[in-house]
Amino acid sequence: MSPIVIKHPYTVEYLHSYGQDSPFFAGLANKRLLGTRCGGCRYTYATPRLHCANCGKETDWVELPQEGRVHTFTTCFFGSEAFLKETPFHLVLVEFDGADTLLLARLIGVENPEDIRIGMKIRAKFRRNSQLKPTDVYFVPA
Amino acid sequence: MRPVYMVSGGVSKFEKARPDATFQKMVKEAFDYAYGDLPKLKRETIDGSVASYFSDHFTRQLMAGIMATDYLGLCPKPNKRVEGGGATGGLSFQSGWEAVASGRMNCCVVFGFETMSRVQTWKGNEFIAHASDTNFDYPVGGFYSGYYAMMVNRHMHEFGTTVEQMAMVSVKNHRNACYNPYAQKRRKLTIQDVRDSQMVAYPLTLLDICVMSDGAAVCILTDEETAFKLTDKPVRISGVGTGTDFMRFADRPHGKVILAPNEKESDYGKLKYPGVHSFRAGRSAGLQAYKMAGIKDPIREIDFIELHDAYTSSEIQTYEDLALCKYGDGGTFVEEGHPFLPQIDYGLKLKKKGTIPINPSGGLIACGHPVGATGLMQAVFAFWQIQGRIRQHFGSGELQLKKADRGLIHSHAGTGTYVTVSILERGW
Ligand SMILES: [Zn+2]
Repeated sequence: MSPIVIKHPYTVEYLHSYGQDSPFFAGLANKRLLGTRCGGCRYTYATPRLHCANCGKETDWVELPQEGRVHTFTTCFFGSEAFLKETPFHLVLVEFDGADTLLLARLIGVENPEDIRIGMKIRAKFRRNSQLKPTDVYFVPA
Repeated sequence: MRPVYMVSGGVSKFEKARPDATFQKMVKEAFDYAYGDLPKLKRETIDGSVASYFSDHFTRQLMAGIMATDYLGLCPKPNKRVEGGGATGGLSFQSGWEAVASGRMNCCVVFGFETMSRVQTWKGNEFIAHASDTNFDYPVGGFYSGYYAMMVNRHMHEFGTTVEQMAMVSVKNHRNACYNPYAQKRRKLTIQDVRDSQMVAYPLTLLDICVMSDGAAVCILTDEETAFKLTDKPVRISGVGTGTDFMRFADRPHGKVILAPNEKESDYGKLKYPGVHSFRAGRSAGLQAYKMAGIKDPIREIDFIELHDAYTSSEIQTYEDLALCKYGDGGTFVEEGHPFLPQIDYGLKLKKKGTIPINPSGGLIACGHPVGATGLMQAVFAFWQIQGRIRQHFGSGELQLKKADRGLIHSHAGTGTYVTVSILERGW
């Protein structure tokens, strides 16, 4: 016989805790971009982590510059379910002076992928009403 | 540690959807094929098993590993589940290797599966994207094709790689799959077809990206004594390597290239490594496996490779990680024709066709990617290649390589987060 297929709703309200990353999200709500720096080896994380991956020491919160450069980019014309209604959207990895790692963010204010180039200067803007999500910060051409 | 051999393998055909079967049944199909292909194997000989599947979301069933184990009739023997994203199959294969190498088992069945058709493609993309940092990555992009597109844009910027070179990988793998009855997508394509297909994440099109599948695969691994009792053509697993890297690709550091034996520091000048253009875990896994297998010059000492081409771009990046060519030369490597099969007409002008055939089976791009089965599928196809029995299993000998004494399989997860490399070679 042909297989019987039934539909089964599968939803859950997950209480997602940002844990030790929480100050980053509080920073965004206050229009501040926070990374972390290791007191031991001075390695600076643009996407924060509270403990240094090089030496294991606890890091300190530092404010990142609000201007950076496009390290690389893409334009997503398709996506996972939660993001489908936002397509197409541009993603960039942002490099900052004084930081050793990058930050993943949206780029807004350009039309096509051809309008984005690696090395282009961009600056941070913050969503007026914080949603306590990493998309509270986005970048626009500087 | 003692020598470990692969003695049999089986694959259920990879398909977009298999509503006719639950995961247990698909595993059973692959297991029965492997078991049936080795008439001297008795069920009593099997000491235990390893279960390989990626996501509990796709099955909506926890402890699915034991359900497949009991369906196969392998209780009360030991079993464990191994998971590591896209590399789940490769990690499980190595876990089976460990069980035998350590002496815990003389005969271990490694089975893998994924039933990805149970949700819509976009929901599947979401499940997969949950294998990226859910604080910082998932909520911003939530899409693996986007992450890989960003990585290849940097690769193109750094090294001059072109979208046409990437498209050649797709032409190659889809064309190879035309002769593989287990493959999901068997198509004769041109570079233009690949570029004209729907843009998914710039510059990756639909034909640059592998698809979701339902499917299962099984490998049977034994010690030396058992191997030669069961078959006169056992395949030895002569090297294994596993590498890791940061989950968040934004965190990839900028340091010096980890050098392969055939490279020197001056080859790379100021190249910042691994950056987002290279997979340090792949390089590290490859070098460990080469060392164990005694390989110094991989392109000359390996006859073929089945690698994790979830994206055409990651196939090119992986040529470089595996030291088949220098970092930066991956695009030229495919353009010149090195990874193509010498006997197949691709409709392309290729100067040096067939130096080291890569993804002779069609790879993930054409075979499909039922995650937990994929790395084991590679092992099965490599096993058949080395045994010289492609014709018997595929019903056509088009993909059988003249010299297939030593092959490499490569499994890859995340944005290069886990990578495994295993070397298989003629053991008789
Ligand atoms: Zn440190």
